Amino acid sequence: MQLTEKELDLLQIIEENGRMNIDVLSKMVELTEVETENMLQRLEEKRIIVEYGAVIDWRKVDNFEGVTAMIDVKVTPKREVGFDEIAKNIYRFPEVKSVYLMSGAYDLSVVIEGKSLSQVANFVSEKLSTLDSVISTTTHFILKKYKHDGTIFDQGEDDRRIVVSP
Amino acid sequence: MRNRVAQHVQQLQPSGIRRFFDLAANMEGVISLGVGEPDFVTSWGVREACIASLHNGHTSYTANAGLLELRKEISRYLVEQFEVEYRPETDVIVTVGASQALDLSIRAIVDPGDEVIVIEPCFVSYAPLIELVGGTAVKVGADAQRGFSIDFDVLESAITERTKAILLCFPNNPTGTMLSKEELIQVSRLVEKHDLLVLSDEIYAELSFDEKFTSFATLPGMKERTILISGFSKGFAMTGWRLGFVAGPTDIIEAMLKIHQYAMMCASTMAQYGAIEALKNGRQDIEAMKKSYRRRRNYFVASLNEIGLDCHNPGGAFYAFPSVKETGLSSQEFAERLLLEEKVAVVPGNVFGESGEGYVRCSYASSLEQLQEAIKRMERFVKQFR
Ligand SMILES: Cc1ncc(COP(=O)(O)O)c(C=O)c1O
Repeated sequence: MQLTEKELDLLQIIEENGRMNIDVLSKMVELTEVETENMLQRLEEKRIIVEYGAVIDWRKVDNFEGVTAMIDVKVTPKREVGFDEIAKNIYRFPEVKSVYLMSGAYDLSVVIEGKSLSQVANFVSEKLSTLDSVISTTTHFILKKYKHDGTIFDQGEDDRRIVVSP
Repeated sequence: MRNRVAQHVQQLQPSGIRRFFDLAANMEGVISLGVGEPDFVTSWGVREACIASLHNGHTSYTANAGLLELRKEISRYLVEQFEVEYRPETDVIVTVGASQALDLSIRAIVDPGDEVIVIEPCFVSYAPLIELVGGTAVKVGADAQRGFSIDFDVLESAITERTKAILLCFPNNPTGTMLSKEELIQVSRLVEKHDLLVLSDEIYAELSFDEKFTSFATLPGMKERTILISGFSKGFAMTGWRLGFVAGPTDIIEAMLKIHQYAMMCASTMAQYGAIEALKNGRQDIEAMKKSYRRRRNYFVASLNEIGLDCHNPGGAFYAFPSVKETGLSSQEFAERLLLEEKVAVVPGNVFGESGEGYVRCSYASSLEQLQEAIKRMERFVKQFR
């Protein structure tokens, strides 16, 4: 779909910050608040804006430290439906955060989030690897998140510029 | 004891910005809209190229005019971006910031007693640099009614027998004002008619938001009369690198090079390697930064107007220059009280020249959260004067 420059502008801004007040947002793209609301609504209806998300550093929250694993999955694609059906069977599990079809050494990349190592291990051995068409899995646990979806974690926000300058 | 400091230095006024900096620097929790530099760190690719140059042991002087490779990139950049062609071998010098490019240009063309016209409000160093070589800075006030564009009648009436050049800056620091192509053509007519030179400070050229930037040298007949001053500080977010450049007619560049080789030898070598990378692969980053400034400008200027601080829409750079006349305070009083009462630092407009009185400079090169908070505080501050 061909978007206008303002629509693109709007999308880029809310991708960075989905919680911006409508009055600030509308000023930034030089529209009225009503126009901005309407534009957002259209983009939501078209499912171009899929969701307003938050990036959270769970490590900082007591009792909330989970584990994330990236699993390389090799599958035998089925006639007619190719990889789509098996991908669907995988992404329906609530533990699964994302599923990508990959080129190269394996077919699907699956991201799992669980409360503990053993929970993820169980999911892989009992649910994922037992699916028809799954030939093999290789599980990689994420040890530390430095940057996620464009957001750098633990970045100092200090402004080191001098207060007044030419 | 003998008078130790030279007379021409004694006569120099300290920058009004400096005084304000001292005041703000000792306070906690200040939101600063006083900074004249990008809030981005130089692109990683550029930083990386500089580090690589060190790994490779590039630690000696370069040619006086700068690495030929860099001058070639600058020439290519000027052609691609601004459609103006300079020979890298003879018409370009790499300088220590646009600051040194300004100093060199002025030293190369101004004799004691010569006049250079500056259009105020303007960058704080213009008049002092002219005065340091014994010239006279003839100050022409911009037309505040028309968003601080040039008042051509006033400009022409300021031209005398002794006028050597006009110093232009667009987009402007502190007003953010862009000059349109038509306005530049009008300047060029005066330049032709009175046989003048133009020092064109185009350091903010990359940050022109609403219209295509016209380099002064591209106007008919103007290349021979223009000294184009620019650099990497603002558009490329490289203020600390101290790197700029100047391009112009061969005879003037040659004269500037004579001064440069004695005064500076050459610009920093590693910075020059970084700059090559910036020009080769930095376009995308500039676009992203420019977009971000433009959005913040839209928000900030609209909000200033909403809270009753009238502000023209600045076409470029990252400054808003709202009027504070409604409050009945002078620029200095406004800035000082805003700092003390609400901890927001802005720069009083009068430090950029008399015609900046009644205005303050606010840099919106700050995070949106900071800008929102600043607006909140400024609104609270100005309310008391209604
Ligand atoms: C209009 C103008 N010219 C020149 C400069 C100096 O730039 P540089 O850092 O390249 O010396 C500045 C910096 O604030 C400026 O605002």
